[in-house]
Amino acid sequence: MKVLVTAKRVPDPEQKVKIKENQVDVSGMNWVVNPFDEYAVEAALRMCEVVTGGKGKRFGEVVVLSIGPKKDATKEIRSCLAMGADRAVHVVAEDAELDSYVVANIVKKIYEEEQPDLLLMGKQTVDGDSNQAAQMVAGYLGLPQACFAATIESFADKKELVVGREVDGGVEIKKVNLPAVVSVDLRIVAPTATKNNQSEAGYEYGDGPRYASLKGIMKAKKKKIDVKELGDLGVPTDLRVKHTTFAAPPERGGGIIVKSVDELLDKLQNEAKAL
Amino acid sequence: MSNVLIFCEHKDGAMKTATLPAITFGRDVAKHSGGEVYGVIIGGGVGDAGADAAKYCNKVVVVDNDGLANYMAETYAPLLAKVAQDLGVTTVAATATNLGKDLLPRAAALLEAGMASDVIEVTGAKEFVRPTNAGNALGSVEVLTDTVMATVRQTEFEPAAALDAAGVVETADAGDVDTLNAEFVELRLSESTRPDLSEAKVVVSGGRGMKNEENFKVLEELTDLFGGALGATRAACDAGYIANDLQVGQTGKVVAPDLYFAVGISGAIQHLAGMKSSKVIVAINKDEEAPIFQVADFGLVSTWENAMPELIAGVKKAKGL
Repeated sequence: MKVLVTAKRVPDPEQKVKIKENQVDVSGMNWVVNPFDEYAVEAALRMCEVVTGGKGKRFGEVVVLSIGPKKDATKEIRSCLAMGADRAVHVVAEDAELDSYVVANIVKKIYEEEQPDLLLMGKQTVDGDSNQAAQMVAGYLGLPQACFAATIESFADKKELVVGREVDGGVEIKKVNLPAVVSVDLRIVAPTATKNNQSEAGYEYGDGPRYASLKGIMKAKKKKIDVKELGDLGVPTDLRVKHTTFAAPPERGGGIIVKSVDELLDKLQNEAKAL
Repeated sequence: MSNVLIFCEHKDGAMKTATLPAITFGRDVAKHSGGEVYGVIIGGGVGDAGADAAKYCNKVVVVDNDGLANYMAETYAPLLAKVAQDLGVTTVAATATNLGKDLLPRAAALLEAGMASDVIEVTGAKEFVRPTNAGNALGSVEVLTDTVMATVRQTEFEPAAALDAAGVVETADAGDVDTLNAEFVELRLSESTRPDLSEAKVVVSGGRGMKNEENFKVLEELTDLFGGALGATRAACDAGYIANDLQVGQTGKVVAPDLYFAVGISGAIQHLAGMKSSKVIVAINKDEEAPIFQVADFGLVSTWENAMPELIAGVKKAKGL
């Protein structure tokens, strides 16, 4: 089983967003792996390891693809390799050169070079919040898609996945033959969200992506990162969507602290006219 | 002259009310582009959904085929693209429900269209405002392609009113329905008689502070007094207190009700992203430092165990129940 998984570097979502001169000011921000992509890497590792006696033995290949500036994206790629991914491809590009269309074309190109069984992506980036790239790649490649995956079941002897997708009002169970495109949602890293039917029955992971062990961090330093320039890929680079300016959202008017339920009820009834 | 095509969701022979804000978006775009707003209904055994959609659209194309009875991006995207091309529209949009978000980007690839996700405002025929960074920035975007795709944030556009005269309904053939090696297996819907979170006028949400599934019954009691919807934070959903599809937040449901109760919710950035456009926000939390108090109009520093029974009694009294 070969999995190609995307990992975008994004500004730490816990840090306050600053707007300066009508742009999002990322100077001085910490950069992290996009949480949804980190979950995708974790899901890929869970799919590609057999756990017996609480210890995981890897099979298959997990390849990380990151698209980002030469200087900045490397740390995030190494952290995915430290988690256990086998190698990486780094396509060098500045954020200003990218939109979902260009990203989808880059991913499509690397997919065609790598020919994985599965393309796994986070469902959206927490900075752009577009939630388009995985679906677009699937559309371009004519592959089945299973987006917003909360659970994935894979099999040793069958080239298919059974995916539980978060949909309006509940969960949809969808089967996709491999190769396929899957985008993951928050719950993919719950303890029993992935099942590969090879690990010991009843095994439960911790909640969330694994921490890299010291051994993993050391090993990651020697793992291969293939660096490619956007211009050398031969993919379209014209933007289709341009973000021109940014503004801070309107501030809510200051609220008050009420001292009792009675006061709250009074405010709701007489001030807010909500009751 | 540029026409707009709205992908209309439907259920039980009627168009879903969730589509109405997208039609308003379409009308806003049409004001700039000078065209009409069309609708498309895709499904299997759609009943009168086409006629229902035609109350709001100048023309509705219905593609009805048994092979399309269950939504799948693989089968719906090519049909949406084909109808858009046959109608010669320049803008294609849908409400940013999970279905809309799953479907439209795939159709955008087939149409070679640039796409703006989760639009909150129309500023030109191809210019929009959309939230980024968990709603902490509002980006002005321009779509540069001839064909424009968009998903529309349900809570930011008024539900469209019916036209004076209903539009025409046409049918189109589905052709060969190819599932591309994907298979719809099953839909497990959460049972609920409450209104949809994205449409409810009152939402009562609980966080990790509720401590367990059983305690959500207290919130349900308050919710039902208002005829509202129940919501939750990611933490509460992850802990298994409540169903995942009730999660309010950046990547869950975005809500903007008239009244939002945040009970036992600290106010993480990602949760605020999903509810800070609510008209009136009430927060109940035992920690006075909780970030939720920064967005609340009325904050009560108290445990919910103390506050809720009194609040429920007070609301009952105010409503004469």
